[in-house]
Amino acid sequence: MTQTQVETRQITMIQALNEAMREEMRRDTRVFIMGEDIQRGVYGASAGLAAEFGQERVRDCPLSENAFFGAAVGAAAVGMRPIVESAFCFAWVAMDSLVSQAAKMRYMFGGQVNLPIVYRLSLYYGGGMAAHHSDRAHPIFMNIPGFKVVFASNACDAKGLLKTAIREDDPIIFCEDRTVLGSRSAVPEEEYLIPFGVADIKREGTDVTVVAIGGMVPRALQAAEKLAEEGISIEVVDPRTLVPLDKQTILRSVAKTGRLVTVDMAHKTCSAASEIAAMVAMEGFWSLQAPIQRLGTANVHIPFSPALEPLVYPTAESIATAVKTTME
Amino acid sequence: MADVKALDKELLLEMLRRMLLIRRFEEQVVRLVERSEIVGAAHSYIGEEAVAVGACLALRDDDYMTGNHRSHGHPIAKGGQVKKAMAELFGKSTGLCKGKGGSMHLADFSVGILGESGILGSSIPTAVGAALGSKLQGNDRVAVAFFGDGASNEGVFHESLNLAAVWKLPVIFLCENNQYAVTSSFKAMVATENISDRAAGYDIPGVLVDGQDAIAMYEVVSQAVARARAGHGPSLIEGRTYRYLDHSLGLGRIVRAPYRTEDEVELWKQRDPINIHSERLLSQGIATQAEIDQMEAQVTKEIEEALEFARESPYPDPSALFEDMFANPIPLE
Repeated sequence: MTQTQVETRQITMIQALNEAMREEMRRDTRVFIMGEDIQRGVYGASAGLAAEFGQERVRDCPLSENAFFGAAVGAAAVGMRPIVESAFCFAWVAMDSLVSQAAKMRYMFGGQVNLPIVYRLSLYYGGGMAAHHSDRAHPIFMNIPGFKVVFASNACDAKGLLKTAIREDDPIIFCEDRTVLGSRSAVPEEEYLIPFGVADIKREGTDVTVVAIGGMVPRALQAAEKLAEEGISIEVVDPRTLVPLDKQTILRSVAKTGRLVTVDMAHKTCSAASEIAAMVAMEGFWSLQAPIQRLGTANVHIPFSPALEPLVYPTAESIATAVKTTME
Repeated sequence: MADVKALDKELLLEMLRRMLLIRRFEEQVVRLVERSEIVGAAHSYIGEEAVAVGACLALRDDDYMTGNHRSHGHPIAKGGQVKKAMAELFGKSTGLCKGKGGSMHLADFSVGILGESGILGSSIPTAVGAALGSKLQGNDRVAVAFFGDGASNEGVFHESLNLAAVWKLPVIFLCENNQYAVTSSFKAMVATENISDRAAGYDIPGVLVDGQDAIAMYEVVSQAVARARAGHGPSLIEGRTYRYLDHSLGLGRIVRAPYRTEDEVELWKQRDPINIHSERLLSQGIATQAEIDQMEAQVTKEIEEALEFARESPYPDPSALFEDMFANPIPLE
């Protein structure tokens, strides 16, 4: 997001998410939040909201994800605007409420109802949280029709996208990458919204297009700095929303560079990186000068040992290597 | 046995009328499936009419309801649009769900029916959420979740009762125990003697009621509704009932080994909910045979008109395929 005259301040993504929810809850009394341990703000983004809006609108839930993810559907169906705070790793239990109800209800009932729900789901990875707490399941929600899937990489995008998400009348999977939750960026003082389906070029370049999401964006930007020293100029494209996907910005970039690397923290198979690669292979084939490189997490579960875990994820180094591969 | 005379005559007649509507509708569906005039699965409610009708008549039009795959009876019981329900079974564009849902996914939001679910248990938290919505909006609407004996074993049932109890939500958990989940007897699958006993685990009232008695259902649900409206929280009600036909129409061709005896089916047919109710109306002078015959004729006509409407309605245009996914549409492939 480029701003020249707008007043900005440096805040973290957590603060940005908090501001987004606070502003939207002030604006619309139908917005409320459900989650575990959110009244005392244990995980950060909901800090202080219960104090301002009360415990009816900021609700601590029992460990019953299937029930409260599903209750969000019912509340939305009768005119409320729920936000559900959880994590991908805890969402497995709620898959039936997510898929059978949230995703399918509007279509199978012929459009009789709108479901304005934001499921804010955290991803944890790289922190020794091991197999059960390191899920990055956003591709699954791209594959199930009925969800809009949002993935911010920085504080500024996060705030504008979350505000849009809360105002949308559709079910949204709002991904929160904890590796960038503490990162700071310049966030405008005044109110702004970021529309869905609009990618952002985080760094302009000429030689290779690198499409990256969430916490992979800073890694791509680090790779860009290193590669620039070697005279290679990469363009880093951040889709910001995976559904809807801004295909045109990606295709325009590939038309310019002729080379593509896609980077995702999800497991490689059927990842967002795979989908974007397939899309470009079909719709941007004639722009390509070299095979697409698709980076993702290795198809193994996340091991605990600090000697093993760093090996599984894409890194600035592996991104740079992939870039060079497209230039061979 | 309820004191019939304590209830309004119009209400008692309406109970009969709605049960007859469901029965004739379901009998028609059997014929349509036999002739392959409609596709997909159909799960007959014949024998269970008193449960939905007694319960729904205890609700207001602006109260909410969710249900399951055995779903033709509930929309009719709650005053939903019968013609559009029939058209939905045909997959026509004039159906309740524009043909997108079919038999297992009926919904009629105009009368608070937030939808039936083909997946058992899925719609229980939806009802809990509707009740939460009522509480947050400060109105006194209640929500009823209909589900069966099978679904009461799903984890989400237990999660939902606990959540509704700790939050004191105005939701009524109504288990229609027709005693079989496809071929499985509830006696083999449920750890407690009655499903209503499960309420104790959540410190909410649990009531077992004769599901063949529409008046008894009405009274028990009315009490639960009053409790919910007064802010005292949820209840679990078990209506013990029976389905005359198999889980789904045509299942008999696949399930070869019998899971219940002919004698048992006959025994339950002796307790037909429509007969019980009409005999009571006659014997207590609430209605005459002529009035009942006239009602039957009107119901038959209404179902015939619904069938004609469904048959003559158009199918959805192919362009409808990509409609209704989102309130704020995005490009879809």
